[in-house]
Amino acid sequence: MCTYLTETIKITGSGKGAGGWFAVSDASVYFDHPVHALAEHTLNIDFRNPAKGPAARVAVELTAESARELARAIEAALASAPPGMVA
Amino acid sequence: MNEALSAETISIAGQDGDEIEAYLARPVGSDQFGSVVIIHHMPGYDSATKEIARKFAAYGYAALIPNLYHRDAPGASPDDAAATARAKGGIPDERLVGDVAGAASYLRGLPGANGKVGVIGYCSGGRQSFLAACSLQLDAAVDCYGACVVYPPPEGMPLKVQPIVGMSKDLSCPLLGLFGADDKFPSPGETAELSKVLDDLGKPHEFHTYEGAGHAFFSVNRPAYRVEAANDGWAKIWDFYGRYLAS
Repeated sequence: MCTYLTETIKITGSGKGAGGWFAVSDASVYFDHPVHALAEHTLNIDFRNPAKGPAARVAVELTAESARELARAIEAALASAPPGMVA
Repeated sequence: MNEALSAETISIAGQDGDEIEAYLARPVGSDQFGSVVIIHHMPGYDSATKEIARKFAAYGYAALIPNLYHRDAPGASPDDAAATARAKGGIPDERLVGDVAGAASYLRGLPGANGKVGVIGYCSGGRQSFLAACSLQLDAAVDCYGACVVYPPPEGMPLKVQPIVGMSKDLSCPLLGLFGADDKFPSPGETAELSKVLDDLGKPHEFHTYEGAGHAFFSVNRPAYRVEAANDGWAKIWDFYGRYLAS
């Protein structure tokens, strides 16, 4: 189905899109039909900067398994940083 | 039918008279043709949907796809526009109805049009096709696996869409429903319930639920594609529109 369910969060950082690097301010996270990935549903993340327009977007579409692996890897990378380096 | 067609991007007046982008495909060298408003799926006004419009034109119908995300992201690529529309929470029902009304009006005014206009929608557009057919005077409607017509969204999902089965009494035209037996949204139980409501109201409709098919079985560029269901579904569409839209 079209799940519509979307987690939207404010973020701080940068992403590289079709037009080069730009600051990202928002992320949409949702599990729904992909545009490109060959799966019926994927975990999709749009890193966006709405102030710069719809094309200011870095998109990824991951299988559910890949997304969980990514989430674990992110947590592991943050946990392995020396004390005091991560706020 | 000579299958000659033309296709182009145009502007039409949508809800509140807003100028919105739309894709028009129509037969060339024929007159007295019927017309179809195509409601794109949630991933947007994309090349696969435009291909469907050209298919209708090759079969002798004028087909018009309003870009439902035009206001949210004018000029953006379809996937970027869909992402922007999603982040804004999707399309309000009243705006959808206004945009389909504008598209239908444009089609009725085409030279050679026979004045009959149908609607077809896929995925989220399936629900919106039913919504349009209950809100506007149309001649035939096709709902391809539209969910949230009878049942509310699953608990805990902050969907803006709500069931519209209560509008069934206002259904203005015959309805063809094409569904997958393996689909969960809509489930076969939900579509059976809608069929019963329409039976009780005496609203003409025919529903087909394909074994071995799930959601989005018409999508030739997606893993959900099921050739047997899609081929039979297209045959049902040509028969249905042939009865209600062709001259």
